[in-house]
Amino acid sequence: MQNDVAIPKAKPRQATKGAWAFAGPGTMLLFVFLCLPFLMAFIFSFTDQRLVSNEDLGTDFVGLRNYIRLLDDESFFAALKNNFLFVLIVAPVQSSFALLLAVLVNKALPGSKIFRTIYFMPVATTMAVVAVVWSLLYSPDAGVVNRFVGFITLGHIGPQDWLRDPALVMHAVIVLSIWQGVGFQMLVFLAGLQSIPEDLYEAASLEGASGWIQFRYITLPLLKNTTVFVVVTTTIYAFQLFTQVQIIASSGTAAPIDSFRTVVMLMVNEGFKNGKIGYASAIAVVFFVIVLALSLLQRVMIKEERAVA
Amino acid sequence: MSQQKSQRQQQRLAKLLQYALHIVLCAFFIFPLLFMFVSAFKSDEAQLLRDMASLSAFWPSGELSLKNFSQVFERTPFARAFLNSLFTVGMTVVLGIFVNSMMAYALARFHFKGREILLSVVIALIIIPFEAVAVPLLLLANQLPWFDGTLGWLDSYQVQIIPFIANAFSVYLFYQFFIALPKDLEEAALMDGASLWRIYWSILLPLSKPVIATVAVLQFLGRWGDLLWPVMVVRGDTFATLPLAMQTFFGQFPRQWGDVMAFAAMATLPTLLVFLVFQRWFVRSAISSGIKG
Repeated sequence: MQNDVAIPKAKPRQATKGAWAFAGPGTMLLFVFLCLPFLMAFIFSFTDQRLVSNEDLGTDFVGLRNYIRLLDDESFFAALKNNFLFVLIVAPVQSSFALLLAVLVNKALPGSKIFRTIYFMPVATTMAVVAVVWSLLYSPDAGVVNRFVGFITLGHIGPQDWLRDPALVMHAVIVLSIWQGVGFQMLVFLAGLQSIPEDLYEAASLEGASGWIQFRYITLPLLKNTTVFVVVTTTIYAFQLFTQVQIIASSGTAAPIDSFRTVVMLMVNEGFKNGKIGYASAIAVVFFVIVLALSLLQRVMIKEERAVA
Repeated sequence: MSQQKSQRQQQRLAKLLQYALHIVLCAFFIFPLLFMFVSAFKSDEAQLLRDMASLSAFWPSGELSLKNFSQVFERTPFARAFLNSLFTVGMTVVLGIFVNSMMAYALARFHFKGREILLSVVIALIIIPFEAVAVPLLLLANQLPWFDGTLGWLDSYQVQIIPFIANAFSVYLFYQFFIALPKDLEEAALMDGASLWRIYWSILLPLSKPVIATVAVLQFLGRWGDLLWPVMVVRGDTFATLPLAMQTFFGQFPRQWGDVMAFAAMATLPTLLVFLVFQRWFVRSAISSGIKG
C-alpha cells in the first residue's frame, strides 16, 4: 500500500525485467527458424552451397550465376507457367464460387447451416488424402469423372486420361484444389456479408430495387476489402501449390513432370533431391518476391479504398 | 390481393430454386467423400473399379467387409503415422499457444527497450511464407545440435515441432486481442502483489479462450496437412506423419485401391469429426484470418 504513489514510475522498470522472459522464447524461435533462414536464402542464392558440403571444393560466392541459370532453365519456366495457369483460373473461379456459396448460405433458408457445414467439409479433409481420392475419380476409361463428363456433354467428350495428358493434368489439379479450398473463403465472405447493415437492404427494397441491383450496388461495393483479401490470399496460396502435385507425381502414372510441376515442387527437387541449396535458394527468393509483390498490391488496394471512404 | 398472391408464389419459386442449387452443390461436395468412405468397405477390388462406371460408386453395394481396413494396419504404418501426426501437431499447437501468447502479452502490456521494433518485425514477418525459408531451414536443421549430443535434426520429432511453435500471425492475433482487453483486472492484481506470471496465467489466459481456439485451429489446419516439410526432413516410417505415409502408400505397387481408400477414410474421419464438433471455432478462425489484410 505504501508504494501507491511509486507505481506509475516503478512499472516500466519492473516490467522491463520480466518482459524478456515473456517475449524471449518467441523472439528467439522466430529469429532462428524464420529470420535466419530467410536471410540465408538470400545469401545462399549467390553461392554454390550444397546440401552435403564437399570438403575439397568448399562453398564459393558465384554472384548472379544461379539467377542467370534460372533464366535458362526450361523446367523453371514450365513451373512458372503451371503456377500462373493455376492462379489465373483458381483466383477468379474459386473467389467467385466462394462468394456464390456465401450468398446462398447467408439467405434465411431453413437448413442453410447444414449446407454451410457440407460446403466446409472438404477443408477439414487433408489435402494429401483429397489428391489421392481424386486420382481414383480421375481414372481413365470408366472413371467417375469421365462418366460424369460424358453424361453432361451427352457423350460429346469421350473418356480422357486426366492425370497423364499433359494438357489436362493442371486442370485436373485445379478442380480438386477448388473443391478442397473454396469452403474456407466462403466463410470469410460470409463474415463480410454479415457485417453489412441490414437496413441498407430494407431501404433499397422500399425503393423497389431488385435483388440483382441490391447485390450490385450494396453487397459488392461493401465487400470490396473482403474480396481483395480473398483474391490475394487465394493467389498467394496458389503460388504455394505443392501437396496436390507432389501426390500426383508419386502416383507413378503421371504426365511428364514439366506439365504439372510447380515452383515450390521444383525448389524441393533442386534443393532436397539434387542437393543444390544455392540454386533452390534462388528459386525461393524469386518465389518470395512474387508473394511480396502480391501482398503489397493488396495493401495498396485496401488503403486506397479507405482513403476514398 | 392477387399481387400479394403472385408475390408469394414468386417467393416460393425463389426458395425452390435455391434448394435445387443447394442440392447440386451438396452433391459436388459430398460425393467424393462418400465415394472414399463407400469404396473403403468394398473388399472386391475388381468390383470397386467396375462400380465407378455407375452410381454404385457412391453406394455400398456388393461384397462389403472390413478387410481393407485390417490390411491397412497390416501392410502400412498407419497407426504409427497417425500417432506421429497427433503428437507433432498437438505439441506444436499447445507450445505455440503459450509461446505466442506470452510474446504478445509482453508486446501489448510491458514497456521495454525494443518493443516497437519487435512489434513491427513480427508484423513484417507475417508476410514470409514457409516455402520461402524451407530450403535454408533444411540445411540449418541438418546442423543443429540436440540434447543427446547428436548433430542434425533430420528424421526426428523436434524437427517437425520446434520450427513451427512461434508463429508471427498467431502473435499478432493474440496481440490484437490483448490490447482490446480492459486493463482494470490486471492493474488490480498488480496492486495486490500478484506476479506477472500469475496475472498471465490466472487472468489473461482464461480470458483469451476465443483467440486461443482461433489460433489453435489455424495452426492445426496448417500443420496437419503439411507434406512439404515431412518430404524434406523425414526418411523412413518412424517419424512419418499421415500425409507422408499416405503418399508412400499411394506410391506403392501393386496398388490396391480398396486399401488406399480405407487408409484415406481413416485419415479423414478424425479431422472431419473434430470439425463437426468444433465447427463454431473453425468459423471464427476463418473470420479472423480475414483480418489479416
